[in-house]
Amino acid sequence: MNVAVLQFPGSNCDQDVFHLFAGGLRLPTRYVWHKETGLGAADLVVIPGGFSYGDYLRCGAIARFSPVMAAVRDFAGAGGLVFGICNGFQILCEAGLLPGALIRNASLEFRCLTSALKVEASTEAFNPRSLGAAVRLPIGHGEGNYRIDEPGLARLEANRQVLLRYVENPNGSLGDIAGIRNESGNVFGMMPHPDRAFERFHPSQDGLAVARAVLAARFPEVLRRTG
Amino acid sequence: MPAAAPTTPVPPAAPAPALPPNPDPVLNQPITPALVKKHGLLPDEYAVITRTLGRDPTLTELGIFSVMWSEHCSYKNTRVLLKGFPTEKRGPTEKFGRVLVKAGEENAGIIDVGDGWAIAFKIESHNHPSAIEPFEGAATGVGGIIRDIFTMGARPVLLTNSLRFGELGSPATRRLLRGVVSGIAHYGNCVGVPTVGGDVYFDRSYEGNPLVNALCLGTLRHDQIRRGKATGVGNPVFYVGAATGRDGLGGAAFASKELSAESSADRPAVQKGDPFMEKLLIEACLEMMAVPGLVVGIQDMGAAGLTCSTCETASRGGAGIEIELDRVPQRETGMNSYEIMLSESQERMLVIVQRGREREIEDIFRKWDLHAANIGEVTATGRMVVRQHGIVIADIPAPALTDEAPLYRREGREAPGAAALRAWSPSQLPDLDQRGAQGALLRLLAHPTIASKRWIYRQYDHMVQHGTVVLPGSDAAVVRLRLGERDRFIAISNDCNGRYCYLNPHRGALIAMVECLRNLACAGARALAMTDNLNFGNPYKPENFHQLQECVRGLAEACRHFDLPVVGGNVSLYNESPEGAIDPTPTVSVVGLIEDERHITRQFASAPDQRLVLLGGAPSELGGSQFLGVIHGLKTGDAPAVDLGAEQRLQDLLLAQIAAGRVGAAHDLSEGGLLVAVSEMLFAPDRTFGARLDLAAFGGRLDALLFGESQGRVVLAVREEDLPAVLAAAAAAGTPAAAIGAVTGDATLAVRTARFEAAWPVADLRRGWETSIEEAMRRPGLET
Repeated sequence: MNVAVLQFPGSNCDQDVFHLFAGGLRLPTRYVWHKETGLGAADLVVIPGGFSYGDYLRCGAIARFSPVMAAVRDFAGAGGLVFGICNGFQILCEAGLLPGALIRNASLEFRCLTSALKVEASTEAFNPRSLGAAVRLPIGHGEGNYRIDEPGLARLEANRQVLLRYVENPNGSLGDIAGIRNESGNVFGMMPHPDRAFERFHPSQDGLAVARAVLAARFPEVLRRTG
Repeated sequence: MPAAAPTTPVPPAAPAPALPPNPDPVLNQPITPALVKKHGLLPDEYAVITRTLGRDPTLTELGIFSVMWSEHCSYKNTRVLLKGFPTEKRGPTEKFGRVLVKAGEENAGIIDVGDGWAIAFKIESHNHPSAIEPFEGAATGVGGIIRDIFTMGARPVLLTNSLRFGELGSPATRRLLRGVVSGIAHYGNCVGVPTVGGDVYFDRSYEGNPLVNALCLGTLRHDQIRRGKATGVGNPVFYVGAATGRDGLGGAAFASKELSAESSADRPAVQKGDPFMEKLLIEACLEMMAVPGLVVGIQDMGAAGLTCSTCETASRGGAGIEIELDRVPQRETGMNSYEIMLSESQERMLVIVQRGREREIEDIFRKWDLHAANIGEVTATGRMVVRQHGIVIADIPAPALTDEAPLYRREGREAPGAAALRAWSPSQLPDLDQRGAQGALLRLLAHPTIASKRWIYRQYDHMVQHGTVVLPGSDAAVVRLRLGERDRFIAISNDCNGRYCYLNPHRGALIAMVECLRNLACAGARALAMTDNLNFGNPYKPENFHQLQECVRGLAEACRHFDLPVVGGNVSLYNESPEGAIDPTPTVSVVGLIEDERHITRQFASAPDQRLVLLGGAPSELGGSQFLGVIHGLKTGDAPAVDLGAEQRLQDLLLAQIAAGRVGAAHDLSEGGLLVAVSEMLFAPDRTFGARLDLAAFGGRLDALLFGESQGRVVLAVREEDLPAVLAAAAAAGTPAAAIGAVTGDATLAVRTARFEAAWPVADLRRGWETSIEEAMRRPGLET
C-alpha cells in the first residue's frame, strides 16, 4: 500500500498530506515531482492543496498540463485510486477526471474555517455508517464554489457521487457540495482538508477516517488494519 | 531646528579621477544641489559623499547613496537610540533562548530553542506603500518579511501582522482595510505560510496613514544558519528569482521624470508581488542551502534591491563585489543602470556561491524554472563596482554605504499640551449608573478595536502547514513546530496601544511590552525574545523625536527587566497625514515557548460553574481607556501605571498555576477593561456561556472598575476545587487575587456592584462583538 503525493510548483499542502498518510495512517508515502512521467509503485495518488502555478489563469488549469498528469490519467483509467484535496480537487476537475468546475466563492473572499459536513452514502466505505452522520474538517480556499450543469448534477445525485455537503455553505456551491467521486468510484475530490484534521490539537481528527474511507474504495483491508 | 552633525567623521579620500563618461546622456547629467535635494540628501551629506569618493558621484552613484542613506536602510536617525536595546540574554544560558544571531547583524535574529534547533523571526513595516496601494503594499510587505526569514536558512512557518487604521466609519478606511486584508491573504495564502494572529486598532490618528507591520517566523537547525556575507575572492555572485523591472522606482526616493521622460507615467510607485514566484524561490533556496558548502552567503533584495544586497554583503564580508548589469535578468528593455540598481522588483535574491560549483546552483534553479544568473564576483578591493555594457558606472567603498552612513541624534522636546492631557482627572465626569453601564458594555464590545476580528482572519489561511494549535481570536496564537523528531509549542503575540503612547510614550511602550508578555503567560508560554516595529512621525519635529526616544527608553527598560533580548526589528518614520503624526506606535511582538503541550491555555470558559478569579486587584484608572474614547469621545488622562515587579510576579504566578493544572482559562484585561475581558471569555468558539459577577466589595469609581484599563490584571476560570489553592498561591506570591464570580450555563452576564446591578443576555453582547466589523464592511468603500 504505497501513497504518492504529487508536488506541483505552488503546491503548499504537500507536507500536510504527507504527514496525514505517513504519520497519521502509517503508510509508506513519498513525493512525486510534477515533471516526472511515471508514478512509480503507487496504490494511491494524492494531489494536495495549494496554488499550483499560482492559480494563474484558472485554478488547476496549468497544472493539468504537467507531464505527471498523463501518468495520473493512465493510472486512473486503469482503476487506480486518486484523491484530490482543495487545489487537487480543482486540478482533477480541470483534467476531466472529475465532473464539474470550481469557481470563486460567492463572497469573492478566501474562507478559512472549520466546516461541519454532512456525510452522504456514496460508497461501501464512504457513508454515514462508517464515518458518522457528520464530520468536521477545516476548509481554506478562495475558489471552492462547485458548479455543474443540470444533467451533470442529476447524474451525480443519481449515482450517489456526492461524498460530503456543507451544513453551512461557505462558498455558494451548488447543492452544498463539498466533495465528489467519479462514477466508477476510484477518483475522489473534496475542498475540505482531511490533512488539517488528524493531530490531537486539530479542530477534529475526522481527517483520518475520511482518508481511510477513500482508501477503502479499493483497499477494504485498510479500514481494518488502521481502524 | 539646529542642524545635527554626522557623528562619524569621514576621512577624506585621495582625489580620484572622474568615472568614464556614460554613453547614456541621462546618466551624465551634472549633479546639481537641486538633484541632491531631490534625492533626500542634505548638503552636508553630499559633502561627505564627495569626500569619500574623492570626486563627484555619477547620477547612479547618487541614487545608490540616497537609498542606502535613507532612514529605511541606514537607521540614521534611530541607530543611536536603538543601541539601548539589549541584544543578548543577561542571565545564565539556559536550555532555550540563547541568541545565535543578534539584532542588526543579519536580516533577522535567531534564537536557540533546544536540541540543535532554532527560530528566526522579525517584524517589518510596509506602511507607505499600503497607504498608496493597499493590496500590493500589504502583499509585498508579507513577501519581504518572508524573504528576510528564509534568507537566514529558515523555513517560514508562521506569519502575523499588526494593523492600524482610521475609524471604520470612513469609506477611505474601509477601502484600505479591505485592500490590506486581501493583499495579506493573497500573498500569505498562496505562499503557504499560515497567518496565525495579529492585532488591529482603529483610531483617527491613523486616518490616511495606516500601519501595516508583518512578522514572519521560521525554523532551522543551528548548522543551517546562513549569513549575508560576501567572502572568498573569486567566488561568483548569483542573482536568482524574478527578473528586474522598473517597479518600485517611484517609491524608492523621488519622481523619476528626469531620468527618462517618456515612460514615467507607467511606473508604479509600489512594487507588485508574485507569491507564486516567492513560493518557488523559498523551495529552491532551501534546497540550495541544504547542499553542504555550496552557499557562501545569501541576502534578499528588498528595499534598494540590488544596491543594498551587494554593498551589504560586501561590507559584512570585509570584501568587495563587482557586478555587470548586462547579466541581470530584466523584464523590460532599455533599463539604465540607475533603474536597475534602484529597482525594488520583488522575489529576488543575491547568492554568493563557492567557486567551481556554479553548475549545482544552476541545476537547482532550472528544476524550479527560475533565473539563476552569474552577475559578478567577490573581490579583495572592499569596493562595490558596477558595470553596464563594460563601462564602470559606480565604484564606491562598500562600508561608506553601510556602517559609515551618517548618524544623527535629533532633538526631542515634548509637545506643549502633553503634560496638561496627562494631568486630566475624571472628577468632571459623572460616574456610571446602571443605564450607563448597560449601554457602555454593548458599545465597547461592538467597537472595531475590541470587536471580533473574524471578518479579517477568516480571509487568511491560518491552518496551512497543519501546526496551528490556538487559532486566531485568543490572547496569543500557539503553533506546533515540528523540529526533527520532536514537537515544540510556541506562542506569539503582538501588542501596542498607540493611545497610551500618545499620552505617555514611556509608559505606553512599557505597557506594549508587559501586555505582550501577559498575553503569552495567559497562553502558558514563557517569553524567549522580542522584535519591534517602531512606527512614528517625522523625526525632524522635536515632539515626534521625543516620542520616539521615550518609547525606545520604555521598551529597553522592559526588555532589561524581563531579560528579554531584542532580535531585530524595523523603524518606520514619517508616518503623517495632513492632520499630523500618527499616535506613536512601537509595536512589540514576543515569541514564547510552552514547555509542555498540556500547558496550552486559551481565553475561553469551558464549563459552567468554573469560578472566576481576578488577579492583580481592582482596576482603578480611566486615563487613555477605550471607555473614555468610545463613550466620552476623549483621548486624555495619563496612561495606566506600570509596575514591572508586580507584572513579573503576576506572570510567574500564572505560569506556575497553569503548570499545576489549575487554570481552565486565562484572559488579560486590556482595551475595554474587566467587563469586556469577562465577556470575551464567555464567547467560546462553539458555545456561549453566562457569568455571575459580584463586585460589590470594590469601592471607587465604577466606570474605572468596570471599564478601566489598569495594567497587570488577569481573569482566570478555575474549577471550584482548585480555587483555594489558586488564592493561596496568589497570596504567597504577593499578587492580589479575588474570587469575583462564576461561569454559568444560562447565557446571562449578571453583575452586582456597590451601587447597582446590571444584566445582559450574552447572545446580544456576542452578536454586536462578532458582527460589528462585518456589518461595517458591508457598506461601500471609497472607489479608487
